[in-house]
Amino acid sequence: MDLLLNNFWELTITGLAYGAIYALIALGYTLVYGVLRLINFAHSEVFMYGGFAAVWVLTAIGATKATGLGTAGFLVVAFATAMAMSALVALVLEFVAYRPLRKRNSPPLIALISAIGASYTLSEAMGLRDKPFKWFGKDQDLVRYVGRPREASPFPLNIEVKRLFYVFDYHVSNIDLIVLGAAIIMMIGLDQFVSRSRLGRGIRAVAQDPESAALMGVNRDRVIRLTFVLGGAMAGAAAVMYLLKVGQIRYNSGFILGVKAFTAAVLGGIGNLRGALLGGFILGVAENYGQAVFGGEWKDVVAFTLLVVILLFRPTGLLGESLGKARA
Amino acid sequence: MRSVFKIGAPLVAAALALSACGGTTNDAGSTSGGKACDLKIGFFGALTGDAANLGINIKNGAELAVSQYNEKNADCKVTLTSFDSQGDPAIAPGLAQKAVTDKKLVGIVGPAFSGESKAADPIFEQAGLNTISASATNPALSENGWKTFHRILGNDATQGPAAAKYIKDTLKATKVFVSDDTSEYGKGLADIVKKDLGSAVAGSDETAADGKQDDFSATVTKAKSSGATVFFYGGYYSNASKLAKQLKDGGFTGTFVAADGVKDDGFIKGAGAAAEGAIVTCPCLPPDKAPEFQAAYKKAYNSDPATYSAEAYDAANVFLAGIKAGKTTSADMTAFIGSYSAQGVTKNVKFDAKGEPAEVSVWAYKVTGGKIVPDQEIK
Repeated sequence: MDLLLNNFWELTITGLAYGAIYALIALGYTLVYGVLRLINFAHSEVFMYGGFAAVWVLTAIGATKATGLGTAGFLVVAFATAMAMSALVALVLEFVAYRPLRKRNSPPLIALISAIGASYTLSEAMGLRDKPFKWFGKDQDLVRYVGRPREASPFPLNIEVKRLFYVFDYHVSNIDLIVLGAAIIMMIGLDQFVSRSRLGRGIRAVAQDPESAALMGVNRDRVIRLTFVLGGAMAGAAAVMYLLKVGQIRYNSGFILGVKAFTAAVLGGIGNLRGALLGGFILGVAENYGQAVFGGEWKDVVAFTLLVVILLFRPTGLLGESLGKARA
Repeated sequence: MRSVFKIGAPLVAAALALSACGGTTNDAGSTSGGKACDLKIGFFGALTGDAANLGINIKNGAELAVSQYNEKNADCKVTLTSFDSQGDPAIAPGLAQKAVTDKKLVGIVGPAFSGESKAADPIFEQAGLNTISASATNPALSENGWKTFHRILGNDATQGPAAAKYIKDTLKATKVFVSDDTSEYGKGLADIVKKDLGSAVAGSDETAADGKQDDFSATVTKAKSSGATVFFYGGYYSNASKLAKQLKDGGFTGTFVAADGVKDDGFIKGAGAAAEGAIVTCPCLPPDKAPEFQAAYKKAYNSDPATYSAEAYDAANVFLAGIKAGKTTSADMTAFIGSYSAQGVTKNVKFDAKGEPAEVSVWAYKVTGGKIVPDQEIK
């Protein structure tokens, strides 16, 4: 307990920074759920592919030697690549794993199995990425990208940690600031997009009542594609933040984060964008506090106990359910 | 397919009959003529999963020994089969059950990790399949009265105190933060280190197992606020690399110390610059102490032998010597290993009654310039 009180601000800020990663991934779960009533279990792999794309592109353009302003440039490249890649994977995922089922009016359970299958397929494909290159004898040429595919790939960009300013007694580092800053910018951007733009209105309309939306001239397929792209881009941004904090990514990195992000989405009220953000931050901070009070091995126990307790009192999550209904 | 089976089945039956004969006559002299060929040695450990590098090192070492044996004994070859446990104690028992049904399997190099050893060794013991682990260091493993259990390297009851001694005497630390991953190996080791450090332990915390945790910020905060100058971690390289990076990024300035589970390039790759200066202890010999083995390994795998490769090579050679001497039944092999004494590449290989090695040395290694280099032997 003393530990929590003495290091309250440090635990809060590092918890918020990691919670921001949960929150950004949670957005993808919540967006897709809002529109399709489907838990996209393959979303964790969308995140993972973005991370790898950032690692590969930075390796290819020689980011290891970057210094000063160059580092910032490479960081922007990392964000752009990861977001583009994740958005692309999400789009392909929707096209291959979900749309054919939707066209045939399959029951939701089938889509769920398809989601789980897609998740394993994507993750294992990344873990076996050297094999296709081996067939053509190219794996040694590309060893920097496909060598030892089951091992973690390190983030090539070496950002020297600088302590910038104090929040009470905690000396905030540049990494904390980048992660939190970028996350908040993304979140505000997405929130404004959904609540103000024409396309955002389409998303809300489909979430609220797909049939009426279609009758009013909203192209449902396009809206669904858009939600996958938006969710994917957020996951891609989260992947770069993850790389900044953890420094490496591997083919199964998405799994545990996916579970946590899904938890965060449910915590805040699945289908609700602001709920996902709140859920992510609360989860990140609660895990840190829990570890400080009970010990590191209690991290997950604390997180899930919190979830159960909140759902007992608010079965639809902190901010309630629906993307459409909450703020149409 | 059918025809292959038709020919194959009698052959297998014949081979089984022969090996059974060898056992019943129990005569070392007669075995050279009627010796059973194409026997197998198994590798049991992680080839995939979070700490797969260590398993691959072991498999390569054993494989090298087998291929050298086959070169010399082309008329009676031995094959190495792999059982990929992913280092997971939940997968190990099922895999062990599968292994013991293979009657051509005369010995197992492994299981690689302590957790999976605890889960799989009872099955090997019951079936009478001899094992020599090249890497499982939890001390309690040899306390179960298992006749088939052997290991070729010092356990954590020697490694732990050696690590503690290094922390106290060489690093001169008076405040140490001890953490582990709650695994059989990691927690066992961390507890020994804690006991030996005594009042120097400034704080401790546990993390989730490999692959179950990415963010260690609360542990970092605890380590910093404890005022420790040394952070000891009992666990494997995957978690250790994340932890080392986050400790450095989080403002912890002390030395990161870990044990043999972290002695892998995966640690340096993952932690990057944060790995520099980290200390890794290991009851294993630096590879340059055995130049011949190093050259042969490099020729075969195009890389230097890594952690436990040499130990696995020695372990496989014990079985191969047993096969050569015709000790193919369980009891014969157990007796053979018990009385084995020969110079291997890592040490004079000899086991005591519990299956522990008779000769043990622990080395400290230091990460310098992005490589794990030998620092000194801890005596």
